[in-house]
Amino acid sequence: MALLEIRNLAVEFATARGRFRAVDGVDVTIDEGEILCVVGESGSGKSVSMLAVMGLIAWPGRVTADVMRFAGTDLLGLPSRQRRKLVGKDMAMVFQEPMSSLNPCYPVGWQIAEALRAHNAVAKPKVRDRVVELLDQVGIPAPASRMGAFPHQLSGGMNQRVMIAMAIACNPRLLIADEPTTALDVTIQKQILDLLISLQKQGGMALALITHDMGVVAETAQRVQVMYAGQMVEEQLTDSLFSAPRHPYTAALLDALPERAMGRARLPTIPGVVPGIDDRPSGCLFNPRCRFVQERCLTTPPQLEGPAGARARCHTPLDAAGQPTGVAA
Amino acid sequence: MLRFLLRRVTLIIPTFVGVTFLSFMLIHLVPGDPIEVRVGEHGIAPERLAQLRHEFGLDQPLWQQFLTYEVQLAHGDLGVSVVTRDTVWNEFTTLFPATVELAVCAIIFAMVVGLPLGVIAAVRRGSAFDYGLMGLSVTGASMPIFWWGLMVILVFSVSLGWTPVSGRISDIYFVEPWSGFMLVDCWFADEAGACASAWGHLILPMIVLGTIPLATIARMTRSSMLEVLNEDYIRTARAKGLSVPRVVVVHALRNALIPVVTVIGLSVSSLLGGAILTETIFSWPGVGHWLVESIQRRDYPVLQGGTLLVAVLVILVNLGVDVTYSFLNPRIRR
Ligand SMILES: Nc1ncnc2c1ncn2[C@@H]1O[C@H](COP(=O)(O)OP(=O)(O)O)[C@@H](O)[C@H]1O
Ligand SMILES: [Mg+2]
Repeated sequence: MALLEIRNLAVEFATARGRFRAVDGVDVTIDEGEILCVVGESGSGKSVSMLAVMGLIAWPGRVTADVMRFAGTDLLGLPSRQRRKLVGKDMAMVFQEPMSSLNPCYPVGWQIAEALRAHNAVAKPKVRDRVVELLDQVGIPAPASRMGAFPHQLSGGMNQRVMIAMAIACNPRLLIADEPTTALDVTIQKQILDLLISLQKQGGMALALITHDMGVVAETAQRVQVMYAGQMVEEQLTDSLFSAPRHPYTAALLDALPERAMGRARLPTIPGVVPGIDDRPSGCLFNPRCRFVQERCLTTPPQLEGPAGARARCHTPLDAAGQPTGVAA
Repeated sequence: MLRFLLRRVTLIIPTFVGVTFLSFMLIHLVPGDPIEVRVGEHGIAPERLAQLRHEFGLDQPLWQQFLTYEVQLAHGDLGVSVVTRDTVWNEFTTLFPATVELAVCAIIFAMVVGLPLGVIAAVRRGSAFDYGLMGLSVTGASMPIFWWGLMVILVFSVSLGWTPVSGRISDIYFVEPWSGFMLVDCWFADEAGACASAWGHLILPMIVLGTIPLATIARMTRSSMLEVLNEDYIRTARAKGLSVPRVVVVHALRNALIPVVTVIGLSVSSLLGGAILTETIFSWPGVGHWLVESIQRRDYPVLQGGTLLVAVLVILVNLGVDVTYSFLNPRIRR
C-alpha cells in the first residue's frame, strides 16, 4: 500500500475576481522510502498542492479530493486536532525561503526543540541532547554552541540546515522539500541536496522533492510528476521520462536543458508564461505554448490517459521519436 | 548599548533649556502675576504690592528673571511654590504617585483589553467582530477626553450612582501614605472597605484615560498581527503541528508586539497629556491637577518646575521604550 495516496486533488482560493483553482485534478502517490520529484515552472501549483497535503492551506482557501490517505489514515474526514498529530511528526516539510521561514525571535535550538516537544518525541531531559544530535546530523559545525544562535546570525545555507533538522526531528515517514535550494548560492545548493538524499537513505523516509531543475530530477528521483497551470500533465519513471517524454510540455522542458542543447547556437525556450488567474485558455491549458496544437486542443480539455504510472494529459501524446500520435493526417 | 544610553542622556540637556524657555515664556504671556492673583479683587496698597513683587524678583526684567531661574536650576534647585511656600520638588514627589497610579492602571487596562481584542480581530479578519471592533476603535481614539469623562460621570456616578466622582478614596478612611500608591497602601492597611473605596474612585478615571490607548493598541495589534500571520515562519510553526493558540500567541504575537510596544511607549507622552485632563475632571490629586491649578494661581515656579519634571519623565520613558524594544527584537540587539 502506498504511503501517500491522493486522487483528484483541487485547491481553490477566493480572489477579488471570484474563485481561482490553483490546483486541479492532481493525483499523488508516494511509496514508503521513495523519492518523487515534482517539476514545473513557477506558478504551476507545486507548492500549493504540497501545502494541501500538509493541511497548511489557510482559510479561505479550500481543499477537495476524492481520496486523500496517508499511512492508512483518511485525511479528508480527519478532525484538525488529529491532523496536527501527524503533521510535523509523520509528515514534515522544508520550505523554499530559509531566511524567512524561521521565527526571528527565538534561537534556532529552541525552535527545533519545540518540534520535539510538540509531539513528545523524546523524554524532556533528553531534548537538548537530541537537538545537538540533529544539528550535528545536518552538518552544522559546533552544534552545541549554535543552539543559541538566532536565525539572523546564520547564513541561508545554515538556516536551511536548521529547517531540515527541524523537519526530521520526529523521524517523519514523508519529507516534503519545496524547492529547498532555490534561494541558496549555487555552491550550497548541491550540499543541501546531497544532505537531503543521504538523510532519506539513512532514515528510509519517503521524499517528495519539488524543483524546477531537471538536472536535479535526473540525478535523484525514481519517479517524476510534471505540473502545469495547476494540473498534473505527466507522470513517469525518471529514466523513461528523460528518454521518451509523452507530454509536449515535458519535452519542451527537457529541450531547454543546456546539456541537451549541445552544439546549438541558442538554448531553446518555451515561449510565453504559465497562465495565471484570468488568462487561462479553454481546452488544454498548454495550447497557447504548444508546438503541436490541434483543433480540439483549443476546445476540449484533455484527460490524464495512458498506462498506470505513465499517464499524460494530452490529446496527442508524443511517441518515442518525439512525434505526436493520433493526429489526423 | 552603553554608548547609546549615554548619547540619549546627553540629549536631555538641550531639551531642558528648550522646555524651561517655552514654559517660562508662555506663563508670562498670561496677564497677571502670582501676587495680583492672590490679593484678588480687594487689592492692597501699591507700596505693599511693589514690595512683595520685589521680594519674589518679579520687578526685574524678564530676561534677567529667566537667567536667574536657569542658574538656580543648574544648581539643582527647582524653587519654592509662591502659594504654599513648599518646595516644588516636595510637592511633586507627594503628588506624583497618584499620577503614576492612574497612568499605570490606565495603560494596563488598555493593554489587558486592547491586546486580546486586536489579536482576535486579526485572527478573525473580515468577521462582524472585526468590523465592529475597528469601528469602535476609531470612535475611541477620536473621543475628546473631557467630553468622554463627563459622559462617564453622568452615567455611572450621577444616574446609576455606582461610583464616586472625585478624589482617590472616601474621607472616612485614613490609610498610612506609605508608598503613595493608594491601592498598595490600602492593601497593606488590610481594610477591605478602603480597598473597595480606592478601586471605586480609580475605575472611572482609569477607563477614561485608558480609552485612547486602548483603541490605539487594539488597532495596532490587529494590523501588526495581520502582517505577521502572513509570514513564512508562521507557516513553519503550523507545519510543526502546533496548536492554533500556540502559533498565534508564541509565534505571531511575540513578533507582532515589537511595533505595538513602541506605540504603547510613545503613547505615554500623550497619556500624560490625557492625565492632566482626566485628573482635572475627576479632581484626582495628581501632578496634572496640580499643574492646572498652578496656572490659575500663576504659581510660576510650580508650573515651570512641574513642566520640566514631566518633560524629563517623557524622555526617560522613551528611553525605556527603546531599551525594551531592543530586548524584544533580537535583530537589533548587539
Ligand atoms: N493564498 C493564495 N491565494 C490566492 N492564490 C494563491 C495563493 N497561494 C498561491 N496562489 C496561486 O496559486 C498558483 C500556484 O502557486 P504555487 O503553488 O506557489 O506555484 P509554484 O508551482 O511556483 O510553487 C499561483 O498562480 C499563485 O498565484
Ligand atoms: Mg513554489
